[in-house]
Amino acid sequence: MEIVRSQRRNGSDGSAGAASLPLYKSAPSLEVRLEEFERCAIDRLRVLKAISDGLSRGKKPEEMDNLVGELWRANMKHQDVDETLRKDIISHFALRLVYCREEEMRRWFLSMETALFRYRFRLQDAEAQKSIMNELQLQYNVLSHAEYETLKDKLIQAARSVNSTSNPETVFYKVPFEDVPDLVASRRVFLLKGFAFVPRNQVVSLVCTIFRSNISKALALTNRKWRATIHDQEKDRLAPIVEALGNSYLGPDYSQPRECAEISLKDINQLASSSFPLCMRHLFGKLKEDHHLKHGGRMQLGLFLKGVGLKLEDALAFWRAEFSQKVGAERFDKEYAYSIRHNYGKEGKRTDYTPYSCQKIIMSTPSTGDHHGCPFRHFSEENLRAALNKMGVGGRAMDDIMDKVRNRHYQLACTLTFEATHAASCETGINHPNQYFVESRKIFQSKNQQNQQNQQSQPAA
Amino acid sequence: MASIVACSSPGEVPKQEHGGDPMQIDSNAPEQRHINRVPEGLLLTDYLRIYYGKLFPYMDMFKWLSYGNDGKHPGCDSSYFGRREFSFTIKSDRDEIYLRFQSFSNASEMESTIKAKCPTKIDIGAVYTVDPAKRHAYAQSGFSPVERELIFDIDITDYDDVRYCCSGADICSDCWPLMTIAIKVIDTALREDFGFNHILWVFSGRRGVHCWVCDSRARRLSKEQRSAIADYFNVYKGGENSLKKVTFSGPLHPSLARAYTDVLKHYFEEKWISTQKLFEHEERFYKILQLIPDESVVSELAGKWQGSRLEHVNSVRWDQLKHMLQSGSKKTQGLRRCIEEIVFSYTYPRIDIQVTKGMNHLLKAPFCVHPGTGRVCVPIDPNNCEQFDPTSVPTLSQLLEELNANASIGTDNYLEKTSLGLSVNFFRTAFLEPLIKTCKEELESAYKTKIQQSKDSLNW
Repeated sequence: MEIVRSQRRNGSDGSAGAASLPLYKSAPSLEVRLEEFERCAIDRLRVLKAISDGLSRGKKPEEMDNLVGELWRANMKHQDVDETLRKDIISHFALRLVYCREEEMRRWFLSMETALFRYRFRLQDAEAQKSIMNELQLQYNVLSHAEYETLKDKLIQAARSVNSTSNPETVFYKVPFEDVPDLVASRRVFLLKGFAFVPRNQVVSLVCTIFRSNISKALALTNRKWRATIHDQEKDRLAPIVEALGNSYLGPDYSQPRECAEISLKDINQLASSSFPLCMRHLFGKLKEDHHLKHGGRMQLGLFLKGVGLKLEDALAFWRAEFSQKVGAERFDKEYAYSIRHNYGKEGKRTDYTPYSCQKIIMSTPSTGDHHGCPFRHFSEENLRAALNKMGVGGRAMDDIMDKVRNRHYQLACTLTFEATHAASCETGINHPNQYFVESRKIFQSKNQQNQQNQQSQPAA
Repeated sequence: MASIVACSSPGEVPKQEHGGDPMQIDSNAPEQRHINRVPEGLLLTDYLRIYYGKLFPYMDMFKWLSYGNDGKHPGCDSSYFGRREFSFTIKSDRDEIYLRFQSFSNASEMESTIKAKCPTKIDIGAVYTVDPAKRHAYAQSGFSPVERELIFDIDITDYDDVRYCCSGADICSDCWPLMTIAIKVIDTALREDFGFNHILWVFSGRRGVHCWVCDSRARRLSKEQRSAIADYFNVYKGGENSLKKVTFSGPLHPSLARAYTDVLKHYFEEKWISTQKLFEHEERFYKILQLIPDESVVSELAGKWQGSRLEHVNSVRWDQLKHMLQSGSKKTQGLRRCIEEIVFSYTYPRIDIQVTKGMNHLLKAPFCVHPGTGRVCVPIDPNNCEQFDPTSVPTLSQLLEELNANASIGTDNYLEKTSLGLSVNFFRTAFLEPLIKTCKEELESAYKTKIQQSKDSLNW
């Protein structure tokens, strides 16, 4: 895309067939003013941010469908179809520039754009979907009638195993299983000798996988180009806009704890019971009890503590104090110290790992002997009630929380837990354990300040 | 313990340091002596030196991991073997050193390095873009894994919450069958559902099994695809604190139905409930009752089971449970699949998800010796896995004794003098030969296509 005063105006980037849903294959040659560039980017960003928010609040697919429809209408749609398409394309490529620059940003952008594409694709009619598939060169074979008859029972069984009331689909595509990983992962399709039999209504997954992979490659290229040439060329023009847009959003990743948030070992027990979210409280408690945690738990708790401000030396002392009671100090130093230093970026390829967000924790898969993961998701009702009781949650709040859990709104349940234990509201909702901690400390610190003020204002006895 | 001196040539009888026949030192039966003798420290290194000197199958490992790229065909990639990462664990008397990113350009270099270093453990990693030993010469983005077998690691300790005969590192003939089940279920799924053919199952040396899927399609899977396959097998979910780890909301997916009908149901009903005495002990059957989401059923059964034990109590009570859940009057939503949920909770394979998901996860090489048990990590035949007995797998000490005992037989083929020969033969005939055949065919056809393409491109 030429953001200069170039002459050629070419509205189509080869995707005019699917008029309302472009595939962003290549940047079109369009003339765009700087203000338009920025404005389009911000509007699209609003849509992507709302999608991200909706997903992390555990909205169901139907709710998301509605949400995306509304968002698109509110921010991106124009009376003139061509204008909508133009804005769509410009905003996408503008945000590519913004979000190509860092790994975390690329991942976020990729996920949100794919989600947006998925919802928009589902809203297309069969004709439009077909033409998009043609464009993506999805040359999958549709099952012949004879083949279908042979496999019918298995196909129906696979469909019913996911949704027992579904109407049996009769059109199936025979697709190599590598192309539909998410359908394989959730066992939503029948597999035979390396092929997945994808019903027409599931073909969305296929299309999205390819879309995602295309955008991913494009992002990597854009990143290289940005670093190599564009950044310098655009130092005074696009670069400041791009940087501002990039900082305007993604919530803090808590990888660099703020100075004032450093904690010391002697405070840790007290902080655990007052300010740790349930997932970390549980891990912390188990560690104190068993003097051991399995790998998943060590990662989740260890990175959280790093984000909270525990320095490497203190972390080593902390873990050693616990583990040495079970395996001995020598074994700790040999087998476990390395991975703690690894987490702080002092070993191996020196990646400074970031503490896990709620989304990541909720998606993790604890198994036998594990205590990590999100307790709102994995604890039985009984165990969860007991754990919340220990935190001082009861009565009405407990019921509200269990209700959220039953509806699988784990982060909302955690938010309610926060509100119940701090007697304060949490407007933004919890989406990161370190955020829970920071908000909690804020409340306690302001309470302390209040107390101090009250004491000072009282006349000396 | 008698010391075993390396034989410098076949036919030489080893000298005993203390004189006398080593067979007389222990009064235990010969089989028990083998089991009891797990060498450690310097003795382990000595024994390993002989093992690596005479028994470790270098050429077979090389042929396997080259996948046909042995330099003989013009379509070969001669850099392929050299781009594979190996890692060594080397024990000195006090320390353990872990060396990553080892690589070898050919079989003889691998052989001489292993003989020289005498590692207590050898791991196999991925094939990278460049020789891992030279990775620092490239930008970080230039060094990444390009091929890696699809691997599975199944450890019996992941079943500790459902086995009562043993715990931790112990295994016995009552609980080992869980591994047999895992092999059958996963092997069938890999072949039938995913279409893979070249699958190697290996005993991990103590209490588990490893699986190496070596088809080229498998080696080229991305992380996302491996993740999907791992999730496909992930039926038993939830950590220490969730109660019900298997939930079926509708009819079973065909793959799970097959596992249930062909393997799990029979095993659970005919063997597991009896060997583990699941219905004889209150805590044990309460655990099962907790999986039933209907209070009235639970209390009725619990009431029935208080007190006296009958003959065949386990099968009788299981039948009562099934009858209660299947009888018409109690067909509430959650109960329909309860029986399967119980059976799957106790028996469906539990894989280590992280091992399968990564492309650079290192896994112990076959034919290593497990330092804790002295047993060799031998291949397991999935078609006969019920016959596999982990307590009779050859140990390092046993192999060395066999070598000594058969030293006078005049052949240089040491493997044939020991029980390891059977395992290596199996590896060759059942796995390696078919694999190489397929690899050569693939190389040939890829080469032909390339030639054809370059011919076409010359025709302007």
